[in-house]
Amino acid sequence: MPSRTGSHSPAGIGRSLPERGLLLLMVLMFMQGSVLPLGAASSPDISHQENVNTHKAAEQLTNNTKKAFPVLDLDYHHIQTPFEISLWVLLASLMKLGFHLIPRLSGIVPESCLLITVGLLVGGLIKLAGEQVPPVLDSRLFFLCLLPPIILDAGYFLPIRPFMENLGTILMFAVVGTLWNAFFIGGLLYAVCQIQPANPNPLHTIELLPCLLFGSIISAVDPVAVLAVFEEIHINELLHILVFGESLLNDAVTVVLYHLFEEYTAAGTVTVTDCVLGVISFLVVAVGGVLVGAIYGILAAFTSRFTSHTRVIEPLFVFVYSYMSYLSAEMFHLSGIMALIACGAVMRPYVEANISHKSHTTIKYFLKMWSSVSETLIFIFLGVATVDGPHAWNWTFVTVTVILCLVARIIGVVGLTYVINQFRIVKLTTKDQFIIAYGGLRGAIAFSLGFLLNKDLFPMREMFLTAIITVIFFTVFVQGMTIKPLVELLAVKKKQEAKRSINEEIHTQFLDHLLTGIEDICGHYGHHHWKDKLNRFNKKYVKKCLIAGERSKEPQLIAFYHKMEMKQAIELVESGGGVKLPSAVPSTVSMQNIQPKKPPPAKPVERALPQLPRGREEEIRKILRSNLQRTRQRLRSYNRHTLVADPYEDGFGDFLIKKQKMIELEKKIKDMNNYLTVPAAPPDSPTMCRARLASDPQAYSMKPTSDSVPTIHVDLASPQSPDSVNLLDEFRRAGQQQQQQKQKDEDQGLMMRPPSRPSGPNKPGADDAKDQQKLTRCLSDPGPSADEDEDEPFLP
Amino acid sequence: MGASQTRSERKHQDLADRTGFSPEQIKNLHKRFQHLSGNEETISRENLDSIPALANNPIRKQIIEAFFDKRNQRQDEVGSCEEIGFEQFLMVMSHFRPPTLKTTDEEKEALRKEKLRFLFNMHDTDNDGTITLDEYRKVVEELLSKSGAIGQEAAKAIADAAMLEVASTNVPHMAPDDFYEGITFEHFEQILKGLEMESRMHIRFLDVDTTTMRCGKSTS
Repeated sequence: MPSRTGSHSPAGIGRSLPERGLLLLMVLMFMQGSVLPLGAASSPDISHQENVNTHKAAEQLTNNTKKAFPVLDLDYHHIQTPFEISLWVLLASLMKLGFHLIPRLSGIVPESCLLITVGLLVGGLIKLAGEQVPPVLDSRLFFLCLLPPIILDAGYFLPIRPFMENLGTILMFAVVGTLWNAFFIGGLLYAVCQIQPANPNPLHTIELLPCLLFGSIISAVDPVAVLAVFEEIHINELLHILVFGESLLNDAVTVVLYHLFEEYTAAGTVTVTDCVLGVISFLVVAVGGVLVGAIYGILAAFTSRFTSHTRVIEPLFVFVYSYMSYLSAEMFHLSGIMALIACGAVMRPYVEANISHKSHTTIKYFLKMWSSVSETLIFIFLGVATVDGPHAWNWTFVTVTVILCLVARIIGVVGLTYVINQFRIVKLTTKDQFIIAYGGLRGAIAFSLGFLLNKDLFPMREMFLTAIITVIFFTVFVQGMTIKPLVELLAVKKKQEAKRSINEEIHTQFLDHLLTGIEDICGHYGHHHWKDKLNRFNKKYVKKCLIAGERSKEPQLIAFYHKMEMKQAIELVESGGGVKLPSAVPSTVSMQNIQPKKPPPAKPVERALPQLPRGREEEIRKILRSNLQRTRQRLRSYNRHTLVADPYEDGFGDFLIKKQKMIELEKKIKDMNNYLTVPAAPPDSPTMCRARLASDPQAYSMKPTSDSVPTIHVDLASPQSPDSVNLLDEFRRAGQQQQQQKQKDEDQGLMMRPPSRPSGPNKPGADDAKDQQKLTRCLSDPGPSADEDEDEPFLP
Repeated sequence: MGASQTRSERKHQDLADRTGFSPEQIKNLHKRFQHLSGNEETISRENLDSIPALANNPIRKQIIEAFFDKRNQRQDEVGSCEEIGFEQFLMVMSHFRPPTLKTTDEEKEALRKEKLRFLFNMHDTDNDGTITLDEYRKVVEELLSKSGAIGQEAAKAIADAAMLEVASTNVPHMAPDDFYEGITFEHFEQILKGLEMESRMHIRFLDVDTTTMRCGKSTS
């Protein structure tokens, strides 16, 4: 999971002014937050409403009690709710800022702990001020507003391939593991409650069913907490996806168990039919949730097909459809979390193919922003609710709960891994098991579910809540803080930071086909066979429906290649062009090093030259000019996501650029002779200059730079390829036949300098008009952390 | 009947020792082999070609070729055969064995090398020890061959970019006039380091513990 917080600790600034200033600001915020409600509460009569009323009343009677016109008035009630909400959000964001200014602290203590502490402080302050603590972790607020952004963020950026590969394992942990936990904890708690000797113990009154209900609430691993902690420890992808996937998928189990036990607590007994119904209910909840999500996902994908004229609201569709899928699932008591995940995962490959680059960035940023704020708020509220909530502390109950949680988790993980390893190729080692067990954090979902309990049905609700909060605190503080040093200690494999290279992509696909082929030869309908079938189905039917235009036919490899090129191009531009090369290893290797050496070009070139009568040059220039427009369109489209020129992209009517290109080309043509014998160094913008200098040591003989923007250069000749000769021939014929377009593209070797072409950003978010000024504006946006997970195609 | 049973059993056992399969798996594979070859002793390219499921595979030619490539027989021979027997069939299949829980790290390394070697041989068609640009281009073209015209155009660019990447990673500092001959096996290993071949390149049913194998049924 890429880091949402993008932590960058400014070295050395930590101590002084900004930090103190921030602390001061935060204190002021607290004061304001607590004073204002105070003010409003203690003097409700100063409301404008009252004024108006008295005024009107006065007017009706006699008009002699005329007040002075209120120049400045205080009316808090009018804006109270939005104000408080904004204040909370502001507080959360400032907290986030603050923590990153204190690098040492955020290194030791995970953010979630700090936030809970802040929540405790704020809650304490409010209580001290004598105010009623607002019911911040009201379950409706939590489930309807705070939870969805986090889950959507997780679902939209879910790495599909590892998730699918490990789906069996994840399901085992999620379903069987949670069931085991729930029954183990619930059952043993009941047993413990019963065995209290002698003194009349309040625990005796707890029935089995409430215990089981409590067990089911407390047993589910919480996605928010897991995300918060795991994000910071950067463990390898497998473990991350296992724990995280489990936390997402166990929602279905939790929902079913919760409702089951809640219903039957009233009845008092559970029969076998009820159990069977429970199982069926589970299937309905899980599959139903996924279906609802998938339907909305497909709707969203379909809608995005038509948004080419209204790019601005594209992100809105993504968000609204996803949220509606969540709400729809919740409406039917299906698993909202699974719906949201399914929606995000299903719609992503198609939506990404349809929307503009800017919308893509918008979606990414908004999701990260909302989920970040949500998470912060959740932890703060947890702290506040702790201070507030009616507590009923019972030593036995609470300690037994904590211990049982740990024990159940460990036994569950070990037992399940033993079974799972029989079926896995990449077995889970003991270290892995430990991390999985240790990473089973509980969080706010458990608390909210407890909060929802009916007081009448569950007289021991407060005790439950206290126990839940203790478990949450224990897991988040103790386990959260110690997991990082433990990971270091055990030398668990960390996340690979390397970007996916084109070679890896090629071979991944190659391997897929190879393994499918071998399976077919063996007559075994395995894993790969069905995956392949699904891919073909996807390509043949689904993509055609859901992806607009030509993109639907684009093969995966090509899509990947374009994305990679664009990323490199954007990086190059952002880094100021050539100062920092996008490739991991700065190398001096360029295209000509790998082009096979042909016999000395001089001869064939010279042969070509005399064949060019003077008169032809004009003709060639004309042809070049006209062909270049077409070429440029095609080539430009190569560098973006569309394979044909997308006329809808904003700002595409940049004839200005074309004109400038023509001017350049004229200059080039004049020096055409030079080009054929000397390595090409077309007129470059300064950006291009630096890029070429850095990556191609041959760029000494530079033409005087024009202020034209970096553009695709028709590299008319690379020194060692006689393709240049063909080029001339082609151009001559090009006027008559347009089919030569394709040939030309290949021979021009334009695509072949990935590290040195900032002209790549034809499409990129920033600008299509490639003015220098606009480019620098783009530079000021550092963008998300570089190793954002790649947009992976559906079933890559 | 009894005599031939034990004879084939002994043969299977012998093969099992050499290739690392279990006798159970070898029996199933043998059944499949019989089916493919039409109960003959050897299979030829045409036998493999006629598998209908393979028709949709963009790289089927390379896959079929790999079976007949002597380099995959681990006997240091080169060239290709016209027909192969069951033993050679098994040899090729053994490249797709997964590691078990007991495999040590060195064995895993060896396994990875072996699988990478298999891939390398698939690409290096002229057996000169390097994958030249042309050969790589051909690989990418085949991969994209099912995608029509779009595939052909982009294949060259992609292959070139990939080659450039290999060259940059392995030989970072080349003078402008140097020529990068081709991807050697060491470079190949280097660039595919991240893919963890030993766990990815396997067929599930060759997993030693699984007992459900449908190999041998006449569904092809």
